[in-house]
Amino acid sequence: MTPTAPEGGAETAGLICAACDRPLVVGRVRASYLGQSFPVDLPRCPGCGFVYVSEDLAGGKMLAVEQALEDK
Amino acid sequence: MDAEQVKLWEGRCVEEQPPACVAACPLHLDVRAMMGKTAAGDFAGAFAVYARFIPFPAIVAHVCDHPCEASCRRAEAGGGLAISALERACVEEAHVGSRRQPQRNRRPKRVAVVGAGLAGLAAAHDLALKGHAVTVFEADAHPLERLHRDFDADRLPPSAIAADLGGLAMLGVEIRCRSRIGAGDGPLGLDTLLEAHDAVLLALGPGPALAFSGSLPLDGDGRIAADPATSATVLPKVFSTGRLLGSDGAYSPIRSVHDGRRAGESIERFLQGASLTAARSDEGAGPSSLHVNIAAHGSVPPVVAADPSRGFDRTEAMAEAARCFPCRCLECVKACDYLAHHGSYPKRYVREIYNNDGIVMGNRKSNRMIDGCTLCGQCAEICPTGLDMGEVCLDARRSMVARDKMPPSHHDFALRAMAFARSPAATLARHRPGRGTSAAVFFPGCQLTASAPDQVVAAWDHLDARLPGGVGLMLDCCGAPAEWAGRVVLHAEVRASLAASWEALGRPRVITACSTCLQMFTRHHPEIAAESLWTVLAAVGLPDGPRPAVPAPLAIHDPCTTRGVPAVQRAVRGLAATLGVEVVELGGADLGPCCGFGGLAEFADRPVADRIVARRIGESALDYLAYCATCRDVFARAGKRTLHLGDLIFAGAGADPAGRPDPGPSARRAARLGLVRRLKRERWGETMDEPSPSLALTVPDAVRLDMERKLILIEDVAQVIARAEATGAKLKTPETGRFVANHRIGEVTFWVDYAVADGGFVVARAWAHRMQVEAEP
Ligand code: SF4
Ligand code: SF4
Ligand SMILES: [Zn+2]
Repeated sequence: MTPTAPEGGAETAGLICAACDRPLVVGRVRASYLGQSFPVDLPRCPGCGFVYVSEDLAGGKMLAVEQALEDK
Repeated sequence: MDAEQVKLWEGRCVEEQPPACVAACPLHLDVRAMMGKTAAGDFAGAFAVYARFIPFPAIVAHVCDHPCEASCRRAEAGGGLAISALERACVEEAHVGSRRQPQRNRRPKRVAVVGAGLAGLAAAHDLALKGHAVTVFEADAHPLERLHRDFDADRLPPSAIAADLGGLAMLGVEIRCRSRIGAGDGPLGLDTLLEAHDAVLLALGPGPALAFSGSLPLDGDGRIAADPATSATVLPKVFSTGRLLGSDGAYSPIRSVHDGRRAGESIERFLQGASLTAARSDEGAGPSSLHVNIAAHGSVPPVVAADPSRGFDRTEAMAEAARCFPCRCLECVKACDYLAHHGSYPKRYVREIYNNDGIVMGNRKSNRMIDGCTLCGQCAEICPTGLDMGEVCLDARRSMVARDKMPPSHHDFALRAMAFARSPAATLARHRPGRGTSAAVFFPGCQLTASAPDQVVAAWDHLDARLPGGVGLMLDCCGAPAEWAGRVVLHAEVRASLAASWEALGRPRVITACSTCLQMFTRHHPEIAAESLWTVLAAVGLPDGPRPAVPAPLAIHDPCTTRGVPAVQRAVRGLAATLGVEVVELGGADLGPCCGFGGLAEFADRPVADRIVARRIGESALDYLAYCATCRDVFARAGKRTLHLGDLIFAGAGADPAGRPDPGPSARRAARLGLVRRLKRERWGETMDEPSPSLALTVPDAVRLDMERKLILIEDVAQVIARAEATGAKLKTPETGRFVANHRIGEVTFWVDYAVADGGFVVARAWAHRMQVEAEP
C-alpha cells in the first residue's frame, strides 16, 4: 500500500452503496494506524463516503503496513 | 532488559564454543571448517582455511604433532579423524604458495628476531604481515636447522621448507644466516641491535641462550626467562619466546609456532603502546566446553589410505573428512521448530532480542520471534546448561509491554478471550448447593469448560462424592494469557481477583483439571494449596460405569506445563493403566514440545505453531492421549485423533471422543456461557432470562474455519450484520445479490460478505483489518 497509489480499482466493479444507491468510485481516503496516518486511494461511495477495503487488500498490503507500523 | 542477565543467558549457550579439535590446537586451527570443505571436495577452500591459521602450512602439515587428533570426539564413535594426514592431503592438492599480503602500516617499526627456528620465524611472519620491517639473525648456515636435523626428507620434503620460506621472503622478511648475535655492543651485539630496532625477539634454545646470561636471567630450562603471560624479559624492548606453556619435555613443533605467535602478538602490542595483557585470547590449547550429542551419531571406522606411504588421495581424504560430525550442540534447535525457524541458535537469539529491546527509533525485527515462543521449557530441559529461551522471551515481552512497544495484533485476540472467560456470565465460584463450606474446590479451567462442559460436571460430581467436606466449583480463568503476554499489571489483577474468590470460599484446597492452571497456582499463589485432578483421582479412585472402548494403544502427549511435575505425569499413566488403556511414550514425558497454544505463540506466529503441531502429531500413527483440553483440541483441529483423559473416564460408553472436533473459539465461548447458565438453573434452581435471540445466522463450516484462522468470531460477524441491517450502511453486489458490510469492534474492523435468505443470513466470507480508513472530509 504505497500511500497514494490507486488501490483495488478493479474490485469496485459492481459494488453499490445500498444506502445511497450509487456505485463506488476510487477516491482519496485517509488511512491511520498507531498514530500514523497517510492518504490512500480506495473505492468509496461518492454520497456518504463509505470506504471499501477488499479482503485481498486487508490480508495483503494493508496487513504488511500494519505489521511494519507495529514493529516501529 | 537487564544487560547483566542477558550476558548470563548468552554465556550459557555453548554452541559457539570451539569444538575439541580446535580447542586442542595451540593455534586454534578451525579444523571443523577445514573438514567440511575437504569433505565437499573443496580442497582449495580447505587449504585457505588452513593457511589463515597456520603460518607455515607446508611444513606444519608434515611435522605437526597434532594434539587435535587425540581430542577428536569421533573417537567415541568409530575412531578420531586423521586430521594431520588430511592437512597433508590439502597441502598436496591445493598448496598455492602464500597469497597473503602485508598490511599497509602507516608507522612501520623495525624488529629484529634472533634465531630462525619455528618460533622465531612464526613471530617474524606475523609481524611482517602487520607491515613491520623484520630482520632475522641466524647463527647457522640455514634457517630451520633443527627441522633438517630432526626430520628426514621422507617425512619433511625439502620442497615444503622451500615453499614456506619462499612465502616468508614474499612478505619481506630478511633472514641473515651465519650471524651469531651475542651480548654487548659489538657489531653483532644485542646492544647494537637494540639501537637499530624498535624491538628484539630472542627466539633461542637453551644452548645459544647462554651467551646472554650476563645480562638476562635464564629459566630452569636454560632459556632466556620471560613473563609467561607477555613474553617480556627484564630488559626493555627485549622479548623471548622462552617456553611459554608448561612443557612435558617432548619437542612440539606446533607449540614452538605458538610460542612465536604469542611473542609476536606481544611485540605488536608493545609497538602500538597497547596493554600486553588485556583481552588476550591466545592462551593455547585447552579443553572444549562444546556439548556434542555423540549418541546421535552412528559409529564409522577410519578410512585407511590404499598406499600409506603416500597418504590419502583425493577420494580417501574426502571420505575421511566426511567422518567429522561436525561437532555442534544445537540440541534445542533440533528439537524445537520455533528455534529452527529463526535460522540460528539461542546465543544469537538472546543478543538479537536484547538489541531489539534497545531500539529507540527504527525497526524491531525480532518482535515476532519474541512473541512466537511457546514458553514451554523444552529447550531448557534439553540444553546441557539449562538455558530457557522462554524466560528470555517472557522478559522481553514484559519490557515491550512496559514501554508500550508490544505489537497490538499479537495478543489482542487472546486477551479478549481471557476477558470473556473472566466475565460474570462465564464465571462462577460457589460451594456445593446446600452447603455453606467447601473443603476443596474444583477449578476445571476455562479450556476444559469450553471444550467438554459435560466432563466438568461429571468430574465435579465425582469429586464431591468421594471427598469429605464438600467440593465447591470455580469456573474462571487462571490468568495464564496475561502472564504469557507479558502483561504484569493485568496478571496481578487476575491473581488478586482469583485470590479474593478463593478467600470467599473459605480458602479451600484447589483441584485443577488443567496443568497450566496448576502451574499458575503453584507459581503465583503460594498461599493456595493446589493439586491436579489426576493425582486426586489416582488417590480417590475412578467412578464406575460404562466407558468408551479403546481397542488400540494410545500415544501419550504430556502438556508442556507438566514438565518437571512427575507426580502428575505418573498419576496420568497410572489412571490409564487402571482404565485398561495401553499407553505408548513419545520420547519422554519431560522432553516433548508444546501444542503451540502455550505462550500465546499461535496468535503471534500461527505458521510456526502449526509446524510444531504437525511435527508432534506426526510422531506416531496411534491415536493420542492428552490430558490438557487445549492440547487435545489443537491436535483435533490439525486432524489428529486425540482423546482427553477425562473423556476416557467420564464420556460414557459408545462415544468416540477421539473423533470429537475442535469446537473453535466461537463455540468455546458459547459453551462457557451455557455451562454457567445450566448449572445455575439445574443445581441452584435459579430462573434466568432467556438470552435475547441472536441473529438467524448460517456459517458454513469452511467459512467458520477460515474465520477461525483469521481470529474472527461468529459473534463479531453477527454484530456486523446486525448493525448493517439496522442502519442500512452496507454495499451490495448486484450479480450475486449479496451484501458487504463492516463494523469496528475494539481495535479491529470486521467485514462480512453475506446473503439474506429465508429470514436469516448466510455468511459467505469475513475478513478484518486493524487500520482505520475514512473518507477525507
Ligand atoms: S568430529 Fe570434527 S569437529 Fe568434532 S572434534 Fe573431530 S574433527 Fe573436530
Ligand atoms: S541446547 Fe541450545 S541453548 Fe543450550 S547450549 Fe545447545 S545450542 Fe545453546
Ligand atoms: Zn453511500
